[in-house]
Amino acid sequence: MFIPHTDHEQKEMLGVIGIKSLEDLFQVVPPQHRYPQLDLPEPLTEMEVMEEMQNIAWANESNQDLVSFLGAGAYHHYTPPVVDAIIRRGEFATAYTPYQPEISQGTLQAIFDYQSLITSLTGMDVSNASHYDGATATAEAVSMALAHFRGKRSKIILSPALHPQYRQTIRTYNGGADLILAGDEPEANLLAGPETLIPLIDQNTALVIVQYPDFFGRVSDFTALAEATHAAGALLAVSIYPIALGLFKPPAEFGADIVTGEGQPLGIPLSFGGPYLGIFATKKEYVRKMAGRLVGETIDNRGQRAYVLTLTAREQHIRREKATSNICSNQGLMTLASAVYLSLLGKQGLRQVSELCYHKAHYAADQISDLDGFSLWSQAPFFNEFVIQCPKPVSEINSHLLEYGVLGGYDLSQDYPALSNHMLIAVTEMNTREDIDILVQLLEEVANE
Amino acid sequence: MNIPNNLKYTKNDEWLKIDGNIGTVGITDYAQNQLSDIVFVEIVVSVGDQVKQGDTCATVESVKAAAEVYLPVSGKVVEINAKLADTPEVINSDPYGAAWMVKVQISNPDEITDLLDDNAYQALLKDKE
Repeated sequence: MFIPHTDHEQKEMLGVIGIKSLEDLFQVVPPQHRYPQLDLPEPLTEMEVMEEMQNIAWANESNQDLVSFLGAGAYHHYTPPVVDAIIRRGEFATAYTPYQPEISQGTLQAIFDYQSLITSLTGMDVSNASHYDGATATAEAVSMALAHFRGKRSKIILSPALHPQYRQTIRTYNGGADLILAGDEPEANLLAGPETLIPLIDQNTALVIVQYPDFFGRVSDFTALAEATHAAGALLAVSIYPIALGLFKPPAEFGADIVTGEGQPLGIPLSFGGPYLGIFATKKEYVRKMAGRLVGETIDNRGQRAYVLTLTAREQHIRREKATSNICSNQGLMTLASAVYLSLLGKQGLRQVSELCYHKAHYAADQISDLDGFSLWSQAPFFNEFVIQCPKPVSEINSHLLEYGVLGGYDLSQDYPALSNHMLIAVTEMNTREDIDILVQLLEEVANE
Repeated sequence: MNIPNNLKYTKNDEWLKIDGNIGTVGITDYAQNQLSDIVFVEIVVSVGDQVKQGDTCATVESVKAAAEVYLPVSGKVVEINAKLADTPEVINSDPYGAAWMVKVQISNPDEITDLLDDNAYQALLKDKE
């Protein structure tokens, strides 16, 4: 709630700094720009504003109203009410960059716990306090690799199955550096496995980036690619889906040097595309090149365990232009949400969630591929997302589904010209068997129209 | 403040010890004192590298700052102190001895005239106060 100063308080403050009116403060602005015509509508009462906002909100349909099979990087998972109960506490929700150890032990401990949970989940040695989202976290992996080689290597290999928006973000974020980006050309072979990237690796390669499961939902064996990457002296970054790690081998076990990913599935609602959570973890030997906040555990002058920001000489407010990145913040509230979610579920609970996603998705894939006109695009193993080739454009199919309150899968033609009429379907623990059966029925209907 | 009289100095607080045509480089007592507890040092040149006066040869991190160490002279790197990375605190305790960083085969002895002797360096430090 905004509480403005009273006229009396304003007069008092003006008196202290020795000026007569508020307008005197704006004298530095050229007169022709000082008071522009704003043409604002008449002010509304609080009740009128509430009504207007409510009307706008009612025009939207959300996961509350629709059965969703849409994924492609952000997923409709269950958000336990406990998450909200904790993150809405004023101490957490309103504190801005609360890193001073003297008064922020609770926050720092929560971040430390988040970091520890991420290292457990991924198998890596160290996690930072998070980035904004999976896309920028992956772009930070590029910055880190370039810094690691001190600019002597300039080639980054991108799997074409890395999220299209992550690859776009890398091109924006790292666009200032003189980079050679290879691997995701429009003519890249999408059905082939990660080994197709191997011939691209050379002595100028700083980083190879893959996604696991990939954008199409497939789970691949990256062992050969990891070996080839390391043989050339390059680094391997793996962008992950955290729920999948409840079921599949952690990237540390097949040679990942850097692990990034989107933490939204960990108890963070879809909202309108954010706030989300950028996961970033690496091996101990690279910790000083890692960007972002890092919380460490130490002992205070009374011998008590305490938490502090650490290795701060990495960061741009100290290292300035020599820093790996200009990031100097984290998604504090979201790291707390994901830490609450993971603590609540525990290892067994997370496995249960991922098993539900896996089995429901495979049931859906079986049912849909049995329909005339629909077929599975790839026979590769998958987690909870899969691609189906459709008899009609995806946009047409999705319009039909929406009429019945179903949000269809992602239209791949927007990112992959070779995949027109291909839909990426995601299934989570939030989809009941009835939901899936209705989807199958509707798809059959629309194929026969 | 310890400023040995047998060394040359730079405005950026590096020292150079000359033995024939080999120059040994490190940072001064004043520098380690300003940085306070040093926790990390990384030598960023390798043996065999051709280097120029002003090139960064190492990065030093303390609890409150990060600083570059610049080469006072040009030449070829002939040795680096590989053990220093394991014991960065030695820079605080023995800046002119065990904390040497790189040795360079000097290619252009004229560059040495650009450097300060102990008196000039001391005067520079006095001005900073």
